[in-house]
Amino acid sequence: MWMSVEVNGHIYEREVTEHWTLLRFLREDLELTGTKDGCSAGECGACTVMLNGQAVNACMVLAAEADGATVETIEAEAVDGELSEIQAAFARNYAVQCGYCTAGMVMSVRELLEHNPKPTVAEIKEGIEGNLCRCTGYQQIIEAVLDVSGQIDSKSRGGLKYV
Amino acid sequence: MSESTLPPAAAHVGDDVQRVDDAAKLTGGAMYASDLVFAGMLYAQVKKSPHARAKILAINTSKAKNLPGVHAVLTGKELDYRIGLYVVDKDVLAKDVVRHFGEAVAAVAAESLDIACRAVDLIDVEYEVLPPVLNQLDALDENSPLVHPDLGSYDYVKASFSPQPGTNIPNLTKIRKGDIDAGFAEAKWIVEREYTNPSVQHVPLETHVAIVEWKAGDEVTIWSSAQSPFTLRDLFCRAFKLPHNKVRVVIPHVGGAFGGKAGIHLEPLLACLSRKAGGRPVKFQATREEEFSLLPCRSALTYKIKTGVGADGRITAQKLLMYWDSGAYADYAVNVTRASAYSAGGPYDIPNAWVDAYTIYTNKPWGTAYRGFGHVEFFWGLERHMELVAEVIGMDPLEFRKKNLLKPGSTTLTGERINEHTGNPLKCLEAAASAINYGRLTPEEQERQARTGRRIGKGIATLHKAPAMPSFTSTAAVIKMNSDGSVVVNIALTEIGQGTATVVTQMAADRLRFPVSRVKVAVERDTDKDPFDWQTVASKGLLLTGNAVIAACDDLLRQAYLDAAQVLRAQTVDLDHDGEKIFVKQRPEESVTFAALSIGYVYPNGNGIGGPLIGLGRYTAQGLTSLDKETGQGLPALDWTYGAHGVIAEVDPETGEYTVIKIASAFDVGKVINPGTMRGQCIGGMIQGLGTAECESYIYDDQGHLLNPSLTDNKILTAKDLPEEIECIAVETPQLDGPFGARGVGEHPMISVAPALANAIHDATGAELTHMPVRSEDVWRAIHNRLPVDTWVTKAPAV
Ligand code: FES
Ligand code: FES
Repeated sequence: MWMSVEVNGHIYEREVTEHWTLLRFLREDLELTGTKDGCSAGECGACTVMLNGQAVNACMVLAAEADGATVETIEAEAVDGELSEIQAAFARNYAVQCGYCTAGMVMSVRELLEHNPKPTVAEIKEGIEGNLCRCTGYQQIIEAVLDVSGQIDSKSRGGLKYV
Repeated sequence: MSESTLPPAAAHVGDDVQRVDDAAKLTGGAMYASDLVFAGMLYAQVKKSPHARAKILAINTSKAKNLPGVHAVLTGKELDYRIGLYVVDKDVLAKDVVRHFGEAVAAVAAESLDIACRAVDLIDVEYEVLPPVLNQLDALDENSPLVHPDLGSYDYVKASFSPQPGTNIPNLTKIRKGDIDAGFAEAKWIVEREYTNPSVQHVPLETHVAIVEWKAGDEVTIWSSAQSPFTLRDLFCRAFKLPHNKVRVVIPHVGGAFGGKAGIHLEPLLACLSRKAGGRPVKFQATREEEFSLLPCRSALTYKIKTGVGADGRITAQKLLMYWDSGAYADYAVNVTRASAYSAGGPYDIPNAWVDAYTIYTNKPWGTAYRGFGHVEFFWGLERHMELVAEVIGMDPLEFRKKNLLKPGSTTLTGERINEHTGNPLKCLEAAASAINYGRLTPEEQERQARTGRRIGKGIATLHKAPAMPSFTSTAAVIKMNSDGSVVVNIALTEIGQGTATVVTQMAADRLRFPVSRVKVAVERDTDKDPFDWQTVASKGLLLTGNAVIAACDDLLRQAYLDAAQVLRAQTVDLDHDGEKIFVKQRPEESVTFAALSIGYVYPNGNGIGGPLIGLGRYTAQGLTSLDKETGQGLPALDWTYGAHGVIAEVDPETGEYTVIKIASAFDVGKVINPGTMRGQCIGGMIQGLGTAECESYIYDDQGHLLNPSLTDNKILTAKDLPEEIECIAVETPQLDGPFGARGVGEHPMISVAPALANAIHDATGAELTHMPVRSEDVWRAIHNRLPVDTWVTKAPAV
């Protein structure tokens, strides 16, 4: 079907294969490969994007459903090559390892902070529960969210102990 | 170079330097193999066996071939290539028989993924279903069907492995130390028990993916999510009898690996499809479901431990029998078996030991390397057993462990003498124990127990591991100076998330006395451009590659000093350098910048001397030997990293439900290169270890069908499953041959998490847990069917 969608501030008008998901549309048609596919089954959160301001698993939404919608992906998070505050906090706190979950994770954190600028640890865990990360063990991601929401300074940041 | 006249430069080693790959990964700019697309690229799909064991009677591919957009269809009959790391036992596509559920029996390449999926559906396969052998102990029975009747004719690495033709055993590793009978005769107690764990999945967030192009003239290029480009190339070339210089392997960013992407996987099949499709590149990415059964897993293990203990609480003898479920192919499982055999007793001083470690074929997806390389599995049994023995002899489990720990002067199972530089297991154990206030409940914990009605218990466990690798494992690094004086480092150790690029940057910067901003580690790995590295596995990268990088820096500086000596009319001993320039010690104003020397120095009249500055460094594991096949004696260990975990768990004694309140883990890493990335490795491993401890497991029906190949039915931990508190502790006993004193810690955080948890649950409830994962229902069952400890005691002092 013919569709029109705004992605990261650009309008795209395209013929889209009806059974294609928004994830395939973004990655294969628009070549926005920053959003990752970890399962294509709504189980891992690697494909999280903002659809009309809400974080969704792009693999669980048909591309056709985004007709007329606004989509934001990881590619729009940094502006003019400057990392956003969330991204910078991820970097400061070693919240990235292989990076495959990172785009989805950043999107979920963004949604969380938009609704709840100072989330507790429990609320952060809840907020990223749908995003699997096999590398980091989540702890440094949680610390990054506490950091960007102004709830830890460099002193109280979780650190390595030496004996 | 000579003694420096300068105060030490700002050191980066030991500092929290931010990861060098952050920006690319945080913005979506980092390209993974799954993101790559090439002109003319085709998409592959495979037809998979729905049976665990069957004869292939016929495959009809005509409908698939006729589907418009299909460019190649292959079955095993057309291919005569076999692959295998240590035992060459796997056809590129199943031929005549299938040996596990999910095995590939046919493949197609088509213009789009949609067409490829339709084509695979159009392939008809006729099978004669045969009864599978699913349990590795059953497979030892002499009446068991043979998974590989031709085992005796397969090629294998003779120095390290011992297949037993006519059986289901592709390898048996033996270790013999001291006099086992005398050791048991001397024992006052003998305690025997069996421990088990199932197969599990690595679950990298990025599934396996590769693109292969086989052009006319046998020019092959492979882009892959593989961990080890040179080993992939070597195995590929062996299978197809191609010279190495015809095959190029490129590894872009890798979305997690954990051992599952070591070795070789679908690359040979994609290569055959590409050749058949006229050399067009062919891409395949496994679905999450395929990741579970088309690709390999971690082996199941049954571990039988028999321990003799003297009146003083010292272990006198240990008989250790390992039965590794290799699944349908030997792959890494034979080497997991070997590495586990020589580590099997843990970081303890065992004077008399006997290990028989079997790798056993069954009709299940095959086992491969997985973070810990067997140690996660066997430490489950070993550290549960130490707890049991302590209970039997009436000694505190911490004291019992301390009494038996390796110390300077002790020898390992293979006869290696431990010294004070090997590392300090005692310090790790004490640090982990004290971080959880082991042996008592704090007032807050008592109050919490009273408030919730749940019981709080504390458990500890130790661990050790050395890299499992050939005795002669080597690597190299090249460091090239750019004309502005910055450098690019080329290595073939892949960045799979562990932080290699960052710590190599720090080490190179310090060795050169440059700021980190002047050092770049190239992102992609490319066998045509990078110097050799054996594999990115085994926690050996930091030590081997680190040493090679240091040597490369020294080589580059040596050349720069020679050129500078000429320019400055000095001898190299007269010179020193800082981050910008080389200068005469006595008159620092007489200097030449690295930038001026970088690609050849130019005199004012236009004459040039020198040339591009390129440093080369090599490093080979020093002094290691093969193991004697009958006794296992020898020197297999590059280095030993010791560690320990402490766990506080809270258990509902009625239902068996539990939560982890705290995990605290300590590792003797020699020297922390980067506290932030080390802590990330540790916590990531500890939580992966908790996943394996609490819930992860393959589940089969009695016909060998895998029942839970998804992240819904085979859960891994989410952020909500984290312990309330996670503490990570570094011990620094310098490794004398490690770069800056460092040793590896990539795998270790995952090892022994499970027994530490089960020991805590045991402390809280008395539950005797012998199977991992430990689910709430297992705890409930163990609480309600408590067996007396005498059940496992076969010798005890008369009362
Ligand atoms: S790819 Fe969409 S949830 Fe996994
Ligand atoms: S960083 Fe690898 S999955 Fe999260």
